[in-house]
Amino acid sequence: MAADHPGTGLLIVGASQAGVQLAISLRALGFTDPVTLIGDEDHRPYQRPALSKEFLQDKITKESLIFRSEDYWREHDIDVVKGEFIEKVHTEPDGSGTAYAAGGRTFDFDRLALTAGARARRLEVPGADLDGVLYLRNADDALELKARVPHIRRVVVVGGGFIGIEAAASLHTLGKDVTLVEYADRLVARAVGERTSAFLADHHRRCGIDIRLGTGVQAIVGADGHVTGVDIGSEVFAADLVLVGIGVVPNTELAEQLGLAVDNGIVVDRFATASDGHTLAVGDCANLPNPAPGADPGSRVRFESVNHAIEQAKVAAYAATGRRADYAGVPWFWSNQGDLKLQIAGLSTGHDQVVDRSPADPTKHSVLYYRNGRLIAADCVNVPLDFMMVKQALAAGVDLSADRVADPSVALKPILTAALEGERA
Amino acid sequence: MAKITLTDSGGVSTVLEANPGDSVMETAVRNGVTGIVAECGGSLSCATCHVIVDETDFAELPPMEEMEDEMLWGTAVDRLPTSRLSCQIRVTDDMDLHVTLPETQI
Repeated sequence: MAADHPGTGLLIVGASQAGVQLAISLRALGFTDPVTLIGDEDHRPYQRPALSKEFLQDKITKESLIFRSEDYWREHDIDVVKGEFIEKVHTEPDGSGTAYAAGGRTFDFDRLALTAGARARRLEVPGADLDGVLYLRNADDALELKARVPHIRRVVVVGGGFIGIEAAASLHTLGKDVTLVEYADRLVARAVGERTSAFLADHHRRCGIDIRLGTGVQAIVGADGHVTGVDIGSEVFAADLVLVGIGVVPNTELAEQLGLAVDNGIVVDRFATASDGHTLAVGDCANLPNPAPGADPGSRVRFESVNHAIEQAKVAAYAATGRRADYAGVPWFWSNQGDLKLQIAGLSTGHDQVVDRSPADPTKHSVLYYRNGRLIAADCVNVPLDFMMVKQALAAGVDLSADRVADPSVALKPILTAALEGERA
Repeated sequence: MAKITLTDSGGVSTVLEANPGDSVMETAVRNGVTGIVAECGGSLSCATCHVIVDETDFAELPPMEEMEDEMLWGTAVDRLPTSRLSCQIRVTDDMDLHVTLPETQI
């Protein structure tokens, strides 16, 4: 492949979940050209999800976050490069080119894959640059937060999305006095339905986290260069540390340099291929045709999830080997928040019917979403079996009709099994 | 030295040296055992690290917690009496664990 120019194979920019999976899947599919995986951090490729949860709470070590052993990379002939930030890239019409690292190294490639993920959105208010205002996206962010934890008592978390709530729950578990402020009128408004938002807020408030919804931050206040509080206009919450989790911005700068279409992420087709027809883009930085069951035809989506990074990387690996594979499975998400295990199957966006089959237990919650009479998603907390049954039903294209699932004492598994057998019959 | 023997659905066995304290899932995934998917990285959220433990070895493992038990009802291949999620099995000193992998995890 591509023997007529100097090489060297596929260059993957971003040692993320997407980048790692792409490298692994390429070799699994028999791709024999060189594969180079470049990350800009001084860490071996690692998994991010635990940074706000188990890792922050010291339940697991850094070693547990590492994706693959050094032997694995060597045996699979994948060149993993740490600590090189690619700041410039140039491509020829055939998709080959050269990437230039900030430190001066250059990397030639036959084909480029952009898996550079996203970065934390910065809070833009007066005082946001004070010492003690932290973000949580990378291992270094988590290490800094962990180093400060023993020396703080009061934390204000800005943002009630997954990262904000997970970190708030972790810090509360570690004995901190935690206040969470969220601009919207409910938690995780982008990812879960209203009942789930209310359930989460109730639970975390009962646990002792002070949650303030519909609350914007006017300024971060400080003394001697260090944060002392968060000003919401009507009052100031005292804080020794402020953790900001207000979403991410996709890393699309290299794609923009290349003149690729960018619209809330690098615009790709079903096969993870960007607008030049060559460059691949995968994971949090990619904007793709929405693969979720029940999505509007023609609609597009940018995911921020492990499952998506894995599934789209597999699609991209097929594309790199000259084959075409469709996105497999159903988008799913999880968020561990203290004692709560939130699992989401599908996308509830655009639902027109809700079936709440939550058990009486106040720590459990299970809501199924329907659109035009068909199941499209579920939010489940501490009810993993409902989550898994909905995920399997969506993957198999099987409906679980709303009138049969409303009673929480009725298990979904037999209904799903019967429906699957009915399909086969 | 702790040791884990994983046998895939085709009968091919892989023997791995393991570090006490790591999970069986981590040990397998880090070394590229493809029959364990472990999408969630060990946070007990995905049930894609299902293994069937040798009967004798199973009896020696600490009992599973309720959440793992519940998750096992939703694995891609139906659970067997000695099924476990390998992210929840901790490697111990001198462990010599034998597990079989299901045909698929997803």
